[in-house]
Amino acid sequence: MATPPALFDLKKLHHARRARFGDPEPAETEPLRAQFTVADMNFFYGGFQALHDVNMVLPEKRVTGLIGPSGCGKSTFLRTLNRMYETVPKTRVTGTIRFGESDLLEFSPTLLRRRVGMVFQKPSPFPKSIFDNIAYGLRVNNLCRNRDLKGKVEECLRRAALWEEVRDKLNESAFSLSGGQQQRLCIARALAVDPDVLLLDEPCSALDPIATAKIEDLIFDLRRSCTIIIVTHNMLQAARISDYVGFFLQGKLIEFDAARKMFQFPSNKLTEDYITGRFG
Amino acid sequence: MSKSYPPMHKKVINVFMLSLTGLAALLVVSVLLFILGYLVWHGARSLNWAFFTQLPVPAGEKGGGMANAIVGSGKLLLLASAIGIPIGLLGGIYLAEFGKGPFSLAVRYTADLLNGVPSIVIGIFVYTLIVLPQHHFSGFAGGVALGIMMIPIALRSTDEFLRAVPNTLREGGLALGASKAQTVVTIIIPAAMQGIVTGIMLNLARVAGETAPLLFTAFGNQFWSSGWNGPTASLPVVIFNYAISPYEDWHRQAWAGGFVLLAGIFVTNIIARVLVSGRHSPARG
Repeated sequence: MATPPALFDLKKLHHARRARFGDPEPAETEPLRAQFTVADMNFFYGGFQALHDVNMVLPEKRVTGLIGPSGCGKSTFLRTLNRMYETVPKTRVTGTIRFGESDLLEFSPTLLRRRVGMVFQKPSPFPKSIFDNIAYGLRVNNLCRNRDLKGKVEECLRRAALWEEVRDKLNESAFSLSGGQQQRLCIARALAVDPDVLLLDEPCSALDPIATAKIEDLIFDLRRSCTIIIVTHNMLQAARISDYVGFFLQGKLIEFDAARKMFQFPSNKLTEDYITGRFG
Repeated sequence: MSKSYPPMHKKVINVFMLSLTGLAALLVVSVLLFILGYLVWHGARSLNWAFFTQLPVPAGEKGGGMANAIVGSGKLLLLASAIGIPIGLLGGIYLAEFGKGPFSLAVRYTADLLNGVPSIVIGIFVYTLIVLPQHHFSGFAGGVALGIMMIPIALRSTDEFLRAVPNTLREGGLALGASKAQTVVTIIIPAAMQGIVTGIMLNLARVAGETAPLLFTAFGNQFWSSGWNGPTASLPVVIFNYAISPYEDWHRQAWAGGFVLLAGIFVTNIIARVLVSGRHSPARG
């Protein structure tokens, strides 16, 4: 059998990535640990089964991209990881998901969601000041003494590369920011409670290319301090920022592998068809 | 594409329809402006300082005012708010954020039904419930009647404005480890605050002008009423009594009363809007 042609010129992509981020890929020295272990997971909306027999191990402190056509269940999958699906009536999960060593269901939803932060497709700043948006998670969880609050807010905004842009208007409404800034504010807000995991549900789909590039830079900066799981429609984005990629189709996980392998030599015909744009 | 309609034809239809809709809009506004102007013209002319400070005088005598009715209306509205706003507000929060299934459907439906009950029926209800057993009219009974009227409006407006808050804010709160209750109190209610307060103000404005439920609960009073236990004068009832009287002087005072009522509602509305026009209200659209 002849070797399938490379779908992306990964060498070029990685070259571009290095030029942009200026940081050579660190060699994988220590073995990866599992952040989430999903086993035989099925998901139901009432009588409709949205996910079928999903089995996967999501590695800790790596960026995992989830790709697939609309309605394939990737966002639904993301929402099982912080049990956000429970806010929707008539939803049901079977099978097991382990978070680190323990079953997801052993956590209280509030504690779990503190450790597994989430950023949504549409920027959703609270109708409060920029400062209060960041401080929100710290305040409701009593994570921070009042006199330390200022420093912590600055730290989060710096981590989200937003500090220089907003330092003089912390008391202004979060709605005064641009869409891209609002989305970075939401990421900073999620970072404030020091989560182990950040779930990103198509965070760039409402943003222009420049704002998207800033979010990607941010994800790249966070990639070794936080487990990041990102749902994206943009194949090139997945190729640019992910260490690992999962491909969903019609509620099934078709393929899960290291990004550089999957985009170059997908082992499944369906994956190849999707990546090369034959459907989706 | 539009061969059967030459451009001229289209223009004529356009101009005609535009004028028609414009005319209808003008008609609506002019009726309102006419009422307002009439009220201001007759009411403001009859206003004087004594109107706010003096008690009514017997028919035939010159002067006098409606001080007791202004204070009485204030008292009735205070009691009505104390009953209607907390129940409506908390019930609305329950419906929008926590209630699910047939129970909330039933509550919503009942509230809409209660909203449609003629105010005079609520008057009879309170008359039977409070006035008859006590054997006398009272400000208390009047306040309860107005309070009952406020409940369904406050409930439904709170419910509607809370449900208009985008779901992303709810999820945003939950995703940070806030509990459902914390999210509702610290994010959702503040986000809907402007609408909720406006709804309550409109609610107050509506019941402030109610006459029917007061006729046989608070009744009316020529003098000051002490406490909540006696018959209490109110602006709408006094306006009603004065307007149907044969005396020219009373007619003038009724106009003045109507003007004061309207001005009060107007000012409350403006104050409420200024107070809640927050800097952090989400952009519309």
